[in-house]
Amino acid sequence: MDSVKDNELWRRGNREGSALFRKWFNDLDAAANAGEVGAYVFVMGSLTEILNTFDLPIIFPEITSLNTAIRHEAADLLNEAEDHGYSPDICGYVKADYAVQNRGGQHPMGKLPKPGLALLTNACNTYLKWGEIWERMFETPLFTIDVPGTRQKGTQTWPGDEQFEREKRYVRAQIDELINTCEEITGKKFDMDKLRETLTYSNRMSAAWKQILEFNKASPAVFNALTDGTAYLGVNNIMRGTKEGAEYFERLLEEKKWMHDNGIGIVEEEKHRLAFIGVPCYPIFREFNNLFSDWGGVFVTSTYLWFASGGNNLGFQYDLDNPLDSLAEVTLIHVRDAMDSMFHPEQIIYDNMDDYGIEGVVYHPIKSCRTSSTGLADNRRALMEATELPSLFIESDMMDKRVVSIAPMKNRIDAFFEGIEMRKAARLQEALQ
Amino acid sequence: MIYTAGVDVGSTQTKAVIIDENLEIVGRALNDTGANVIVAAETAFTTALKDSGLEADAIKYVIGTGYGRYKVTFGDDQVTEISCHGRGAVHMFPKTRTVIDMGGQDTKAIAVTETGEIRDFCMNDKCAAGTGRFLGAASAALDIPLDNLGPTALKATRPVRISTTCTVFAETEILSWLGKGKKIEDILMGVHQSISARSIGLLRRVGIEDEVSFTGGVARNLGMVHVLNENMGIKMNVSEESHYMGALGGALFAMDRAKTAEEVSA
Repeated sequence: MDSVKDNELWRRGNREGSALFRKWFNDLDAAANAGEVGAYVFVMGSLTEILNTFDLPIIFPEITSLNTAIRHEAADLLNEAEDHGYSPDICGYVKADYAVQNRGGQHPMGKLPKPGLALLTNACNTYLKWGEIWERMFETPLFTIDVPGTRQKGTQTWPGDEQFEREKRYVRAQIDELINTCEEITGKKFDMDKLRETLTYSNRMSAAWKQILEFNKASPAVFNALTDGTAYLGVNNIMRGTKEGAEYFERLLEEKKWMHDNGIGIVEEEKHRLAFIGVPCYPIFREFNNLFSDWGGVFVTSTYLWFASGGNNLGFQYDLDNPLDSLAEVTLIHVRDAMDSMFHPEQIIYDNMDDYGIEGVVYHPIKSCRTSSTGLADNRRALMEATELPSLFIESDMMDKRVVSIAPMKNRIDAFFEGIEMRKAARLQEALQ
Repeated sequence: MIYTAGVDVGSTQTKAVIIDENLEIVGRALNDTGANVIVAAETAFTTALKDSGLEADAIKYVIGTGYGRYKVTFGDDQVTEISCHGRGAVHMFPKTRTVIDMGGQDTKAIAVTETGEIRDFCMNDKCAAGTGRFLGAASAALDIPLDNLGPTALKATRPVRISTTCTVFAETEILSWLGKGKKIEDILMGVHQSISARSIGLLRRVGIEDEVSFTGGVARNLGMVHVLNENMGIKMNVSEESHYMGALGGALFAMDRAKTAEEVSA
């Protein structure tokens, strides 16, 4: 393993991802200090390909907020927002961002440009209320893309279906309006060739990301979906439609292919292959994972990598001959898939449990995100009725350390693994007899 | 003869059980946990040894369980109390499929298979309402010893409704009912009903499948047993050893490992 760790490829994606994050924050800081405003967008339907053509600094407030939790600097921000009347029960991302904006954009990683445009989708109900905060604080123009979701599980329509084509036209019309809005805000004319260029980069990212996810179907897993995967996911969003993003993911693919081809796992001993459902526990990001890895548990997949990857998990390729229609089509499928991934995570587990060799499922509902957490208890029950997969249900939060209790959490996790190991031992005994 | 032990270091009390290879309990002990968890574990183990008449070196394997399981410094390994209560209950009542363990600061609903494997579990989250601590608060507020709470509650004729969801605020609510002239037994029955409602909520999350066994310190409270039985419409298994069920489960796991070690060395 030492020789593996000495190889330049070992965890290169993590190092380069960190460097890209630092660059992103530095660029935002420079833009803010130059008095530029930014476009604020969200991970479920960011349409950064359009915004990139207008050279707008792009801010993902979900990512800037969770970054404060990982850095253990969220508590002051949450308290400040609560002092100003925001409830302890609402989204922690919103509260951290509110406090950062209230401090003139001063984020622990640098200054953030003021929101000059907010682009929202209906994938999360909080997005709309969040945008309204900026509207009140800065008179930020809000642009909402309404994406039709799945009416009933299993009834998704696809290109060529009459309903899909109608919905695609609806999304396309909104994208046309967005372009007009961006032209008005920036004073720049929309450049179709520039759009093709950004779509080309997104195509490269998407193709690589899909293959990277596939590699984890093999054992040993080439990355931990909870820790490494979340870092890759961040780059997936902040560098979407950029040259750096495309190069990053192709280099990451090279790293993962090297690991896969040489049987190199992300952990030395992979004992239990797990799936994660929900949003990570950022206040104790590494420690949380250690509670599982101490038992030899590795997260081989996670719904987070699906619903928060801007749709890159699907590997769709934009049609460069028909960029705007293609963008509408992919936006419709991506955002719909993100919503489906949150509301029907059990389907992902059913569809992938054999391919990924999943031996246990961890549900992690979070107090301050009802959008991704509501219904998970019921969902888990459905999974238990349909499969024999052991599952664990632990609740904490994505931002607020006040509701993260490590001792009771560890107790539950230990019991979960004891159950898995007892079950494995019993099956082995049966097989021997 | 092989002997093994389980030491269950709970938030309130520490229990130790020693069993022989026929899986019979040959020694047991119980003492308050207090501030020094290591000493509490040692005391319980030493007292159980005295009770069994055995010397320490006769014990082949020791499992620590409970919140203080990593402080059983003389132990060989640790297993959570969730697994231990499930194992202990199935050993004591083989038809057990659901376990309700009510301890000092948490209540666990555990679904088990016929072999004692944990199928699912659910615990109170972030709050000690619905646990033994809730009874402790009532005991302090009403100045009634813990052991008398159940028998007193069973004398109730018109139970009050304790609506609070917080152990600390429950004391205030109890005092408020006293101020309104309610009888102590009616207030206490309200406390028991409140705990029962929360516990049954947990049990429903794992599914209430017959037979249900009641373990943990609160299982000694006859009032609690009565209220839970009545509200679920069943008759739970309650053993005289209920309080020791976690330690017993630990000793059983220890016996598995001691025997495996012996087979390997043979």
